[in-house]
Amino acid sequence: MKQLADWFGMAWMALALGLATIPLAAAGTPLEAFRGATGTIDIAGGTAHIPVMNEAAKQIMTAYPKVRITVAGGGSGVGVEKVAAGLVAIGNTGRPLSKQEAERHGLISFPFAIDGVAVIIHPKNPVSDLSAEQIRKIFAGQTTNWKAVGGQDAPINLYTRDEASGTRAVLWKKLLKKGLIAEHADVVTSNGAMKVAAAQDPNAIGYAGIGHIDSTVKAPLLDGIAPTQENAAAGHYPIVRKLYMNTKGEPSPLVRAFIDYILGPAGAKIIKSKGYIPLVAG
Amino acid sequence: MLARNATGRSVAVAAQEISLPQTADRWIGGLLGAATATAACTVLLIVGFLLYSSMPLLLSGEFIETVTRHWRPYHMPPEYGIGPMILGSLSLALLALVLALPLGVGLCSFLHGLAPRRLSRPVLIAVHLMTSIPTVIYGFVSVSLLVPLLRRGLGEGSGFSLLAAALTLAMLIVPTITLLLNVHLQQIDPRIRIACLSLGMTPAQTVRRVLLPASRQALLAATILGLSRALGDTLVALMVAGNAAQIPSSLLDSIRTLTAHIALVLATDTYSPEYRSLAAAGLMLFTLTAVLSLLIRQLGRHSRGGSHRAPAIR
Repeated sequence: MKQLADWFGMAWMALALGLATIPLAAAGTPLEAFRGATGTIDIAGGTAHIPVMNEAAKQIMTAYPKVRITVAGGGSGVGVEKVAAGLVAIGNTGRPLSKQEAERHGLISFPFAIDGVAVIIHPKNPVSDLSAEQIRKIFAGQTTNWKAVGGQDAPINLYTRDEASGTRAVLWKKLLKKGLIAEHADVVTSNGAMKVAAAQDPNAIGYAGIGHIDSTVKAPLLDGIAPTQENAAAGHYPIVRKLYMNTKGEPSPLVRAFIDYILGPAGAKIIKSKGYIPLVAG
Repeated sequence: MLARNATGRSVAVAAQEISLPQTADRWIGGLLGAATATAACTVLLIVGFLLYSSMPLLLSGEFIETVTRHWRPYHMPPEYGIGPMILGSLSLALLALVLALPLGVGLCSFLHGLAPRRLSRPVLIAVHLMTSIPTVIYGFVSVSLLVPLLRRGLGEGSGFSLLAAALTLAMLIVPTITLLLNVHLQQIDPRIRIACLSLGMTPAQTVRRVLLPASRQALLAATILGLSRALGDTLVALMVAGNAAQIPSSLLDSIRTLTAHIALVLATDTYSPEYRSLAAAGLMLFTLTAVLSLLIRQLGRHSRGGSHRAPAIR
């Protein structure tokens, strides 16, 4: 008899949950999910995510001022640390979580976009095409002069990213095939700083997320393929990574609404406008 | 009844008046004690935390390996040693000191005898102002001006180098050295100067033969204080030194200091081998700095027995 009552209760709950979610999904605008919501969503972590997060936060907070969304950077490592410690609701990473990270802290990942990573050089460098093999040799410190790859007679100045960088992890795994990065390479701490280094140093070679690349630097073709988001989306350009939002356990309804917004059509539009490729939800 | 009441009250008031300063004293004593205890406990907690987090390394005997090995995360098998960073920290701090010391001593000699009175005050104010410039500004100016200059001028390397960082860091510790030495020189008995003057010594001779030799202890203390400041600086090294984890072999080499290493690796996955090197780096940095502080204390004790009532540096 008691069991029956329990079943009954659970059925009611399922029904209630169903009723609660159906109108959200069917609502006219994606922002409808935040109607009547109050509270704060703190976001931190990967620096590539920031433009997307900021734009989404602006849209939501403009329509529903009672929702507060803060966005901070720090890098993928900081994203994991902060969300695991419960300091933020969403910790962003530009790399998948390691098994230990996910298990120890009970983190759940929500991939939402694809970003390519490209090698960048000074805009006046005449080199415009590099093979993956040439790039591997350059980063390993075997090729040390631009002349060897069709450039001017000048030394190659290597730049790499810090140990916690998601961009570095992707380049190392997918382009350098986990090969050597020479010990003498200078280390910079953000995509922005890498861009500045390559823009200032005529002999530089470094790498950055494609979303960050503009006219201040030059991204040579990789094996004849232009490192553009279009080529990355079409699968022609292979050095890509996913961008993730991570939560500790199941997100609260408000955070869930934010994640759904990013994963939905409105989010896709923002992601595209910021130079990334949206991942189709589901 | 009434009278007794009145007297009773007046006695109480009097007692209160007497005891008021006493309670205030007790409060002040308590507050000062609490402040002292907080400061002392913080240091103890930091040491404790560093020891605790290096425990796994210390117990497994990996500590020595971590401290002496190379940093080669891309090799097979990978190495996660902080040897290059220890050498990087030491070479950067020593080089900065070698650059800053003559400047600091020169400045002080200038202020105490060689400079016209009208000039010495503005110069001293300028040195004081140097201490109020945030480190990040020094770093920023270096990255935008000094690094490109070195890159173009030397035609070798990226400009981010031991030399660039040392030049920047020297600017940072010159005021430390100058002000410490200056305080000592100001406290030298004026009668000594008069005696020098009456002996017919020129200001330059006074500085060279009398004042500087009399400040030997202060000079040593300033040296060591400057050195520990250079060792502990993070931002200049992180922004300007290049951060390549290699053993420095030339002034133009990109180097990584212990402090920069901590800043760079702090954000990695907590369970990564990179992260484990943090505790060792912290402990090494603390040890290096603590040894230097102890040296300063030692010098302070010696100089108290000196002939010129030199200020004890504690």
